[in-house]
Amino acid sequence: MNEHLLSMHDLTADDVSRILDTAESFREVGTRVIKKVPALRGRTVVNFFLENSTRTRISFELAAKRLSADVINFSSGGSSVAKGESLKDTALTLQAMGADAIVIRHSSSGSPLQLTRWVGAHVLNAGDGTHEHPTQALLDLYTMRERLGRLEGLRVAIVGDVLHSRVARSLSFGLVKTGADVTLVGPPTLIPPDAPAWGVHVSYDIDGVLPKLDVCYVLRVQRERQRLEFFPSVREYSRFFGLTAERVRLMPDEALIMHPGPMNRGVEIDSDVADLPTSVIEEQVTNGIAIRMALLYLLLGATKEDTS
Amino acid sequence: MSAKVMEPDDVRRALTRIAHEVLERDRGVSDVVLVGIADRGDDLARRLAHEIRRIEGAEIPVGVLDITFYRDDIGMRAEAPEVHETRIPFDVSGKTVVLVDDVLYTGRTIRSAMDALMDLGRPRKIQLAVLVDRGHRELPIRADFVGKNVPTSRADDVRVMIDEVDGQDGVVVEGAR
Repeated sequence: MNEHLLSMHDLTADDVSRILDTAESFREVGTRVIKKVPALRGRTVVNFFLENSTRTRISFELAAKRLSADVINFSSGGSSVAKGESLKDTALTLQAMGADAIVIRHSSSGSPLQLTRWVGAHVLNAGDGTHEHPTQALLDLYTMRERLGRLEGLRVAIVGDVLHSRVARSLSFGLVKTGADVTLVGPPTLIPPDAPAWGVHVSYDIDGVLPKLDVCYVLRVQRERQRLEFFPSVREYSRFFGLTAERVRLMPDEALIMHPGPMNRGVEIDSDVADLPTSVIEEQVTNGIAIRMALLYLLLGATKEDTS
Repeated sequence: MSAKVMEPDDVRRALTRIAHEVLERDRGVSDVVLVGIADRGDDLARRLAHEIRRIEGAEIPVGVLDITFYRDDIGMRAEAPEVHETRIPFDVSGKTVVLVDDVLYTGRTIRSAMDALMDLGRPRKIQLAVLVDRGHRELPIRADFVGKNVPTSRADDVRVMIDEVDGQDGVVVEGAR
């Protein structure tokens, strides 16, 4: 495995299965009374979050703590970043304090890569702009494999605002890498023009896709990232692309419903649908801790190449 | 150079003797559980449980413990050590836990295993059963039940083969000499 995790492209199919297998063992740790192992004692993990986040930050924090690492949470509000310190200087400061791993979330695509040029610590991308969110993709792959027993040949639709979604990109790359069959579904304005080059199908008709699915992955409508009007109104969006109870009836009975959170109930997914037994949205969150433990363990548990 | 130090029959006899010793030492097995250290220790633990059932007619719970997260050399190898499954479907608190492993060498694995067990509960006693004790301890640890003491040099490689994994039982010492 690479020294950093910036993109799903950093991983081979073998790396993906090694990460998912390792996460399996860490999930067992999460079921114990004492949910902690000493694997990363004495290591320091910095959560460097320059964009809002609840689940990813908490998930990384819990993951690092359950591995006995020391965790520092650092966000823009109330820090030197608010005083105008550059990303580089902030990163060098974290480095000087002895960070072994930096988990970064940033609104600019590519900032994790930039970070690797300045610091010696392992860098984990926790979401960069509209580029990638690999740990989300890995926890989604884990959840699918766990529930459906395989990834190869799975038919997965990723529905919604693919254009602005780093989750959709990472997940598509991961699914294609592991041999799943991916269809991106949404209004033409929200499907990236280069999507066919990812090795996925594209459809603008959700009702035609639903009957042939193993997983319907619903994306959040990200109003905060949309600088233009990509669809006439939220109501129109949910009429044409929202996952309603009616549409769920078009899906095979066993097909899973997934969402990366946070949900806009009533927009991209109906409230009742989010609470169906085939909806595994909470499992995704639980599995996220195990996946992040596995990644921290695999990255920090090896000697760094420059010292070996 | 390689020398076979235990044949399939030797392994079987050693396990039968250890089963008798556990029964004798612990006066039956009412509060005894076996925990094998992955991998191979868990297969040996199941074998031992089978022997005890044969001798005493008593069922004895068997768990498997992965000690990777408790190792003292994490971050010292090029790759993070491979992780196996831990499955201990019973409470170890108040029990006599017999740890089972294939080879006792430096004692570091056993140290990790004891730490791991303590995180899962508070056993009344922890005992150690190994198929082979090859010496060269680096920690003050000894086994309660030993299949065979095999003098080795540090450069030797001791390979324990188990029918379930390797297709046949046996112990081979591969020397660097």
